Amino acid sequence: MSATLLGQSILSGIFAGSLYALIGLGMSLSWRYLRVINLAHFAFVFFAAYLTYEFAGVRGVNPFVVALALVPLFFLLGVLQQVLILRFSINEFSSIIVTYGLAIVAEAVIQLIWSADFVRYENRAMHGNLALGTLLFPVADLVMAGIAIGLCFAVWAALHFTWLGKALRAGLDNPQIAASFGVPNQRLLLLVAGSAGALAAVGGFFVAVLYTLAPSQIFSWLGVVFAAVLLGGLGNPIGLVAASLLIGISEAITMAVTAPSWAPVVPFTILILLLVLWPERV
Amino acid sequence: MQGRNFADATRRSMLIAGFGLTLAVGALAPATAQQPSGPPIRIGGTLALTGPLAQTGAIHKIVGDLFVEQLNKKGGLLGRPVEWVLLDDQSKPDVTRTLYERLITVDKVDLIIGPYATASILSAMAVAQRYNKILVHSTFGIPKLATYERQFPGWPLGFEPEKGMPTAALDALNSTGKGPKSIAIVTSKFPSVQFVAAGAREVAKSRGLKEALYLEFEFGTRDFGPIAARVREADADFLFMGAIGLEGNQLLEALEKLNYKPRNHFYVYPTPGPMASSPLGDGALSNTAFENLPPLNASPSAAAFAKGFNEAAAKAGLPYTEPETQAGASWSAWEILTGAVAATKSLDDKVLTEWLKKNGADTIIGHISFNGPNNYGPDLMRIKQVQKGKWVIIWPKDIATPGYSPQAK
Repeated sequence: MSATLLGQSILSGIFAGSLYALIGLGMSLSWRYLRVINLAHFAFVFFAAYLTYEFAGVRGVNPFVVALALVPLFFLLGVLQQVLILRFSINEFSSIIVTYGLAIVAEAVIQLIWSADFVRYENRAMHGNLALGTLLFPVADLVMAGIAIGLCFAVWAALHFTWLGKALRAGLDNPQIAASFGVPNQRLLLLVAGSAGALAAVGGFFVAVLYTLAPSQIFSWLGVVFAAVLLGGLGNPIGLVAASLLIGISEAITMAVTAPSWAPVVPFTILILLLVLWPERV
Repeated sequence: MQGRNFADATRRSMLIAGFGLTLAVGALAPATAQQPSGPPIRIGGTLALTGPLAQTGAIHKIVGDLFVEQLNKKGGLLGRPVEWVLLDDQSKPDVTRTLYERLITVDKVDLIIGPYATASILSAMAVAQRYNKILVHSTFGIPKLATYERQFPGWPLGFEPEKGMPTAALDALNSTGKGPKSIAIVTSKFPSVQFVAAGAREVAKSRGLKEALYLEFEFGTRDFGPIAARVREADADFLFMGAIGLEGNQLLEALEKLNYKPRNHFYVYPTPGPMASSPLGDGALSNTAFENLPPLNASPSAAAFAKGFNEAAAKAGLPYTEPETQAGASWSAWEILTGAVAATKSLDDKVLTEWLKKNGADTIIGHISFNGPNNYGPDLMRIKQVQKGKWVIIWPKDIATPGYSPQAK
């Protein structure tokens, strides 16, 4: 195996891992701070991807305008979902079933609007690649990875260095005491839900840019993103980035040096090893 | 599937089939204005209307709706209207099995017709066998597994597609004088393409091609970057991909990110629209049973089918509205079943089975006979290639789309 093959495969793993982190970030925040295991997050990602295809691909709207419009729209959708979850007092485990149901409904709606067939947003704005020696860096993947890792660091910084982040963590530890110090717990939870929705929009935008879409692929990344979220630690964006990159690079190296069919085994092997060797981490 | 004799025979069979089909359609509609009457003949089946195979399931639904609608307009079957009792198997073979049990024992349909995709067809076949029902199906990919004597394929890919398909592709490339010397085989582990890729390996070896790469990946793989890096490093003259659905496009897109384009490339069962419409698909080879191209659309019935499908697919919102293998084989399955009923004037499974074994069937794909192992007759598959942004048939030469021939680099 040549150094170029290995290097290119590791790059590919970094890009794949970045996407896992981008999709997983909203889910990780929901799980930690809202106690909602939000499988509808994957449906949000695909709904945003289809809207990107529709407006940027079919109607010719500037893709960056589309991305900017999707963020507030999905913020509102995230808030709305959380309001309903609170209204019906859905607990953490029930949320799996409820949000899975929502995802199935979303899949049906997407199929109704855009058909079950494949659609592709032919993006020219982030086309091509940059060369560094013998290695090639696809522009779209590079932008996605930069934004994914940047968002994870930004969320981590917001959680640790801003009043909002501290209030959120305080509310999670003890809502009554936090409230007595003026922390508006309910509003903060809605803010987290909206942010998770907005992150789904960003993820969906890049899914549309990088992949061909079909409604049945909503759960394509379910297993691997779940593994990354658990490995990284709930509500821990830096841990999520590390876990996602570990999984992505491990998968890519597996594909480069052995039969690629072994790659799907990698994230779950890492997860099982972690559960056995370091159970308190998960 | 090579040589002038075969091509002549294929062309002859197309013309005879087209003529026969026109007569058959005429026989089905002795008085086109006459409305069918009486209790409907109920034909039960399932399709993957949801789930991972829904993209293709949608094509089969359009075809079935169109066929039944046209059949009823032409007087129905045996003077009675035809009703298609369609259930959604969710792309799951276990659900398919349960639903065919229900169709036969609870809904008590008169006849059944196959679902979509090999695994589901195999499930339906087991149920059909238990109740001795005739099962005509459209796209069953592994003929060796179809051992039930009352099953009939509407997709004439021959008994050994794992040999026929790579042989035809290499014949087409060799005919240009630029035949490949080395091959890279990359395949999904999806059963109905994996065994074709394994067959390609044997065919390549027997022809003295150097195997530069053989890789298997899991169905559902999303990141093709490392696989693309290995394909680029192998740099074979010919990339043979055991691809189903979008996998071919995904590999091509990953290769493009590495500034690499395969010189010659073949895909077993690609989703036709994205491959033809992508600039990366140029020169891609695949196999086909039907295309809306001469001479396959020369008969009035084939032309009418293609026109009807175009319109219905556009109405259903499908991005790619041209009929091809899936639609053609689906239509052919309906033709086989209803043609046998019309000819025998019977709904008896045994009578229909015996008639089909003896006579075969005239379809838009050609005359399909069921005289080989597991009721698979001659291989009627053709090789197609993306040229100037559309699929054209390029092999065998005598059935090629006029003005087109194989292109190789």
